[in-house]
Amino acid sequence: MKTLNRRDFGVDLGLALAAAILLPATKARADDLEIHIDNFVFQPAELNIKVGTTVTWTNRDDIPHTVVSAGKFRSKTLDTDDKFSFTFTNAGDYKYFCSLHPHMTGMIKVE
Amino acid sequence: MSGHDHGDDGVSRRKVLECMTWAGTGVLWTVTGGVPRSLGIIDSAQAATAAAPGMTFLQISDSHVGFDKPANPNALGTLEEAVNKINAMPAKPSFMIHTGDITHLSKASEFDNADRIISQTKLDVHYVPGEHDFIDEEVKLYRERYGRGTKGHGWYSFDAGGVHFIGLVNVVDLKAGGLGNLGAEQLAWLEDDLRGKSKSTPIVLFAHIPLWTVYPQWGWGTEDGGRALEHVKGFGSVTVLNGHIHQVMQKVEGNVTFHTARSTAFPQPAPGAAPSPGPMKVEDAKLRGMLGVASVSFKQNEQRLAIIDTPLQG
Repeated sequence: MKTLNRRDFGVDLGLALAAAILLPATKARADDLEIHIDNFVFQPAELNIKVGTTVTWTNRDDIPHTVVSAGKFRSKTLDTDDKFSFTFTNAGDYKYFCSLHPHMTGMIKVE
Repeated sequence: MSGHDHGDDGVSRRKVLECMTWAGTGVLWTVTGGVPRSLGIIDSAQAATAAAPGMTFLQISDSHVGFDKPANPNALGTLEEAVNKINAMPAKPSFMIHTGDITHLSKASEFDNADRIISQTKLDVHYVPGEHDFIDEEVKLYRERYGRGTKGHGWYSFDAGGVHFIGLVNVVDLKAGGLGNLGAEQLAWLEDDLRGKSKSTPIVLFAHIPLWTVYPQWGWGTEDGGRALEHVKGFGSVTVLNGHIHQVMQKVEGNVTFHTARSTAFPQPAPGAAPSPGPMKVEDAKLRGMLGVASVSFKQNEQRLAIIDTPLQG
């Protein structure tokens, strides 16, 4: 269920420094961003980012959610505290929603 | 059960709201003279079914097997308690319907556990899926278990006791920003299914998400539910049974009675009463007080509902 990248791995273990040394290629970029799901809301609901930015969604609700942008990306079902990351390599507007609770919507603007 | 018997004299807004605060275990439905009436699953049901013999069926919903968060760390346990209540009834119902969210995460072990408990009723169970039953990677576990003989994503109809039952699926292909969804294929099937039926045939529609718009801000409604209801226009008795919102709500419009059942797992807040529709944590001592039972009576030629709430404790 859980989408883990190597950066999460390092941070999760509290080994950020070691990770930075051992995994220089995945060192967190300063402009990588987080979106939280709280109370059935994507926060922030809209993000403006640059091409190459990685966005990580974390579900902090007691109910599973998904992150889906039609034809662009689709997370697995995220249970509580599960994460999903996507790196935006093309400019454009990415509308996305939770396919289980479609009233939950968000937007990533990439330039 | 005293203090919550709303009797036959209509339902005040205050009492409707009071009813909405309970989470229950199930609703017993009985059909007398072709008109469904629902009754509490314990004491009142026993009395009423004895007085009014006819076909009886149960509705349970939203068992969320696998849920283990603070709102109810043991959803399987409360499902089992509901099943024990059903088994303690002296008058055995003809069958049961489950209006979805059998599991919390569509895991095989969750489906297996749910079936192990629910099968202890030794009743035929007619399922429709909730969105929580379709989230395994291949979206196949629900259909492997309950999809046999169904159309599309799992819709079907059957007849029992002179009533035509239609199980609908409104948790698939949901659109961004929208509500529950039936889709054109299912609506066409529904129209075809009803073609030629006598307008005096009582109709029961059941689906997971309410077919009527309860609270769109939380997604509590079905985008094209109105189109399904157009197809049952003209039928003398239509009853719409849903789950999803983990609380009792009722509405009567003409010949159509809408009713949502309680969850066996955890309560959810009344519309707008909390920041989100997520599981509502109550004091441990209060949970089973909220796992009460509800009964709803429908009387032919009268549009008034009689509601009886019976908390399991307290």
